[in-house]
Amino acid sequence: MTVSETRSDRVASTPLAAAAAAGSAPRTLEPTVLSTRNLSVWYGSSLALNKITIDIPRNKITALIGPSGCGKSTMLRCFNRMNDLINGSRAEGEVRFDGDLISGENIDPVVLRRRIGMVFQKPNPFPKTIYNNVAWGARINGYRGDMDELVERSLRRAALWDEVRNKLNRSGLELSGGQQQRLCIARTLAVEPEVILMDEPCSALDPISTARVEDLMEDLKEDYTIVIVTHNMQQARRVSDLTACLMLDDAATDGHRTGILAEFSPTDLLFTTPKDKRTEAYITGRIG
Amino acid sequence: MTTAPQAGFAPNRLMRRLLGPVFGTACLLATCTGVAVLTLLLGSIVAAALQGPPRAPWYAIGSNLTEAGSLIRRLATSSQSRMPEFAGYRVGIAGSLWLLGLVALIGIPVGVGAGVYLEEYARPGRLRQIVQTNIANLAGVPSIVYGILGLSLFVRAFGIKAIALGPTLLAGVLTLSLLILPIVVITAQEALRAVPSSLRHAALALGATRWQVVRDHVLPSALPGILTGTILGLSRAIGETAPLLMVGAAGSILQMPRGPLDRYSALPVEIYNYARQPDPAFQAVAAGGILILVTILLIMNGAAIVIRSRFRRYH
Repeated sequence: MTVSETRSDRVASTPLAAAAAAGSAPRTLEPTVLSTRNLSVWYGSSLALNKITIDIPRNKITALIGPSGCGKSTMLRCFNRMNDLINGSRAEGEVRFDGDLISGENIDPVVLRRRIGMVFQKPNPFPKTIYNNVAWGARINGYRGDMDELVERSLRRAALWDEVRNKLNRSGLELSGGQQQRLCIARTLAVEPEVILMDEPCSALDPISTARVEDLMEDLKEDYTIVIVTHNMQQARRVSDLTACLMLDDAATDGHRTGILAEFSPTDLLFTTPKDKRTEAYITGRIG
Repeated sequence: MTTAPQAGFAPNRLMRRLLGPVFGTACLLATCTGVAVLTLLLGSIVAAALQGPPRAPWYAIGSNLTEAGSLIRRLATSSQSRMPEFAGYRVGIAGSLWLLGLVALIGIPVGVGAGVYLEEYARPGRLRQIVQTNIANLAGVPSIVYGILGLSLFVRAFGIKAIALGPTLLAGVLTLSLLILPIVVITAQEALRAVPSSLRHAALALGATRWQVVRDHVLPSALPGILTGTILGLSRAIGETAPLLMVGAAGSILQMPRGPLDRYSALPVEIYNYARQPDPAFQAVAAGGILILVTILLIMNGAAIVIRSRFRRYH
């Protein structure tokens, strides 16, 4: 049985079902939600990513794996313009979201970041109450509906509601690490994004919390696209539908670590029959 | 410890074990010196204020306190007078409170705003570095220089009579605001820098504008530090004498200031005037004024501590 076959059968129906369920205005149902063309990123004079071309499909979990320093987090941050916050970073090439250009000069990152949310490696809830942690994002984006209902819905979706329903007025910082990370996911869900970027979300968590977050990701895939950076290859195998393997560019001669896209395929294919030698060496543990 | 030293290491264990307590004792002595000097100072001021050795023995704290209390009440309610028994600081205290209030209203927002801009909005680079260096240098400029600046800029307006403020309260307020601006900017920046960047990233990643992030997350987190900077600045402002003398705080004045464009005096200026009088009885009046000044400073710092500890709790 090839898991990918059954998954690709579901491609056609999932976006429709998702759009109908969300009740949103019909949008183009291209299978690709994020794409890059020859994306290169510099930090100062050091080239971090070299001509990455990739198409991230909608309503799937895409994993980015690779050794340290090959630019996985950099690539993730290109999608929601968080690289702009890093002094000296510069990008060339195209990044498109739903067909619209999001790289370049005239993009409003505020609008973009609401549609593409991010969960960070170390859980970073606000020093506010649990309720306000979830509600703040919606409030500043002008949410007009019932806030209590939105908070409950987001916490349920993040599989945290039952644990915090009686202490919504306690500080978010009183929760355990795994609960804090789920709170961060809840607050990201509250602004109703289309894509969720996750930068090693489980690396600071214990195995049980990790398992919970992974189950959560499976559940969220129906309505959101998820791109996850992970060091943990077992996690990539368990959770993702497609995997992109980034490698250090052997041709880089200036001593800096530059990342290139070595391979991008459905997860089971990449891990059983990798096409690129470097990918094979990485996943079998010979390098990285 | 009987293990033999390994080749290449010279542990010097005896020396290291002795040096530790020696250093600790030296620090303790330094602390005790400071505390002793301050206690002696305060005690001598109280003694001078009560005119000679306290009538009650020094260990009868209760009666000493009531005597000091009645003295302070008398000083705070009398105006200036040529007779030391009737001299007081009523006008000076009013002037100082006016100065404090208006400096807090005008100078603090400008300083905090500058700190927020430099830390949150300005792009890191050569220009920002130059501005920060200059502000840091200004913090060390002697206060009389600010007095001269205030005199030519606010009081006389370089000779333009139409906008010159004259020796009014407002000129003093603006001069003191300039004086404390560097302290407020620097401590505000330090407080903002202490807010972890992960907080800003998390807020920005939800699609917030920079202003929303600063207003709802960065400023509340930095508030205890900013308040400390505010109190530090105001404490410095209330005690400054030289710049106020330069911009025309009145040496002798009997009317209370009714508005920012009135003539005024300030507590340290009146203390200075009383201390200059040849009559030794006025020394006691001066010492009493110092007590009042110290009490006001203690109340301000106490308020700062209370505010800070309340904001430490999560909101």
